[in-house]
Amino acid sequence: MRSNRCLLLSVQAVVCIAAVLLAAVASAQDKPIRVGLVTFLSGPAAGPFGVPAKIAAEAIVDSLNAGKVPAPYNIKGFSGTSIELVVVDEAGGATKQVTELRNLVERQNVDFVIGYISSGDCLAVAPVAEELKKITVLFDCGTPRVFEEASYKYVFRTRSHATMDAVAGATYLLENRPALKAYGGINQNYAWGQDSWADFTAVMTALKPEAAITTSQMPKFGAGQYGPEISVLLQSNSDLIHSSLWGGDLEAFMLQAMPRGLFSRSQLLLVAGEPYLHRLAGNVPDGTIVGARGPNGVFAPKSALNDWLRAIYKERTEVNPNYPAYSVALAFLGLKAAYEKARLAAIQAAVPMGAAKDVKEQMEKAYGRPPDEEIIKAFEYLTFDSPAGKVMMKLGKGHQAVTGTAYGTTRTANGQVTIGNIKYYSLERVQPPEGVKSLDWIKGGMKPGKW
Amino acid sequence: MSQLLAVLIDGLNYSSWLFIIAVGLTLIYGVMKILNIAHGSLYALGAYTAASLAGSWLNQGHSPMGSYAVLLVAAVLVGVLAGPLIERGLLRFMYGKDEIVLVLVTYAVFLILEDFIKLLWGVDPYLLYQPYGLLGSFDVGNLTYPVYNLALIAVAIAVGVTLTWVLARTRQGKILIAVIHDREMAAAQGINVSLVYFVTFTVGAMLGALGGALTAPMISVQPGIGAETIVLAFAVVVIGGLGSLPGAALAAVLVGLVRSAAVHYRPELDLFSIYLVMAIVLIVRPKGLFSAQEARKI
Repeated sequence: MRSNRCLLLSVQAVVCIAAVLLAAVASAQDKPIRVGLVTFLSGPAAGPFGVPAKIAAEAIVDSLNAGKVPAPYNIKGFSGTSIELVVVDEAGGATKQVTELRNLVERQNVDFVIGYISSGDCLAVAPVAEELKKITVLFDCGTPRVFEEASYKYVFRTRSHATMDAVAGATYLLENRPALKAYGGINQNYAWGQDSWADFTAVMTALKPEAAITTSQMPKFGAGQYGPEISVLLQSNSDLIHSSLWGGDLEAFMLQAMPRGLFSRSQLLLVAGEPYLHRLAGNVPDGTIVGARGPNGVFAPKSALNDWLRAIYKERTEVNPNYPAYSVALAFLGLKAAYEKARLAAIQAAVPMGAAKDVKEQMEKAYGRPPDEEIIKAFEYLTFDSPAGKVMMKLGKGHQAVTGTAYGTTRTANGQVTIGNIKYYSLERVQPPEGVKSLDWIKGGMKPGKW
Repeated sequence: MSQLLAVLIDGLNYSSWLFIIAVGLTLIYGVMKILNIAHGSLYALGAYTAASLAGSWLNQGHSPMGSYAVLLVAAVLVGVLAGPLIERGLLRFMYGKDEIVLVLVTYAVFLILEDFIKLLWGVDPYLLYQPYGLLGSFDVGNLTYPVYNLALIAVAIAVGVTLTWVLARTRQGKILIAVIHDREMAAAQGINVSLVYFVTFTVGAMLGALGGALTAPMISVQPGIGAETIVLAFAVVVIGGLGSLPGAALAAVLVGLVRSAAVHYRPELDLFSIYLVMAIVLIVRPKGLFSAQEARKI
């Protein structure tokens, strides 16, 4: 009799707890997770980078909220909670972005921030994100300085830094053109252009010290007129011209250089040229070496996730996603993987569910969001799948992603630019290991590290 | 070919472009005492309209040579639509106010037009490269230049000569000079100052749009090109002396040659070169190269 009463009380207690939990689940899942998305909506970087990233982010969020992303991301939203975007324009410079980040955190009350294309902005906002204790995922900027010159707890970057662009670019160049004698460069006069040229020349000096540097042209960002620079490059007798130009600057340079016959004298290496090839058809010389800052775009390996990203992006734009679209996908999927890993760990710690068969069902039943500390712990040294292949958070004490990369060579046929002779480079060959600065690693001969 | 000749040719090419983008700005300031920040947007509007119209012209299979006429039509179209709209719709209510107020008003117009451009054309860049290579190219030593660059120099000279001739040799020009010297006295003599302002602003807007239309084949037409341009145009106008036509021409040549020399000999000074010229000129002549002596009114 007594044991029946105990059983009844226990059942009542379990039902009460379950009701409370269900209410908590419903309440937690009613309130969407707010993600601040910072990307260029105006200015020169909007068209090629900012807007494609925004379109991709919106398509990804809709797809995540509908639970239509291929496994292992097929749980709706983040652990069943829908995602809401708060979009902010990245234009206006680093000082403005610091203010915008404070607004996002203190007024808009976002749960996470995903953003920043400009290296200058990344360097400026990272310490502020740290001060605000807000998990911030840098999705596209390339400067290695973010995690090589500082250490952050709340800041992550889900794409590789720019060192691999130079290392793989120079390696590809010398594999295909070992007799190269002289090279010059035209790069924009700000962090990205300067870093890109410095890395490239350092790699070339290490791999082929006898190759001469003819000229380094550094027009200002948005210069638009390149007449004198093209004359200097024409007279430089360079076998190769290295360029990290992008956006309107790259397009203007190509349009002005083609009729002057620059590319019949010198081969061109475009570090970030992939997004522009379809637009510049007819103005891209055959044999141009092109990268996409990782295995993105045409270099992305065949996978269900890659097919998914291409399909949702093409549905909105009728064109294939370019590399900023891939970068933003990596940020969302990385954050989701970390969030759900933290959630699962919290559930497993709270209830002995190690033997649970249906993890997805368990996740959907979960309630409340895991604390930031747990998400950070889950994010550090995480390995996750993406449309660009496996991404490993291996540098910057687990806060900086690494991937391999690829380069190829252009060829125009029937008015379309295609990329052939594609070569993939594993991350060991193109990235410095943990604790070694990029330039030191390059100068030291780029020995493959242990990963 | 000697490098010096390359510096000269590149410098003149750049100068012609600078003069075309700056001449409208200096004309409007000279007559109306308005530092028209919206000039950058008029340049951008010209570039976008030219890219759209000429692109459509070429896509429909019309004669490629006709695209040059379309560029000019685009500039005229922007000038006669946007110029009167801004002048009659807004600026005429501001005449007589402090110059700084007018700068702020035109800055507001600039911001509005920048967003208007994005609304109308979106943020994707437009390319109109066909007219740039259509005229062929010519060789100077071991360097190749498109004939289009020569055409730009010719247009810059034509614009400068025409404006100088109109100002110096025609009745309308003399009326304009009268208004420049003393608006109130000119009005007392029966000159319709309001009409002079209207025409001047429209012509200035047209010149701004012409700069954009002629630049469109060489660049990627995209949001933000107006902001980049107004800074350069402003620097040229300040160096030359606000409102001075010969000043703008000389400043354009000076800046063009100095920048070209910097790129050829010391590329690291490229970014700084235009402001170096500006600083030196303003130290020696604080009101610019060709600034008129101002009589103090007592």
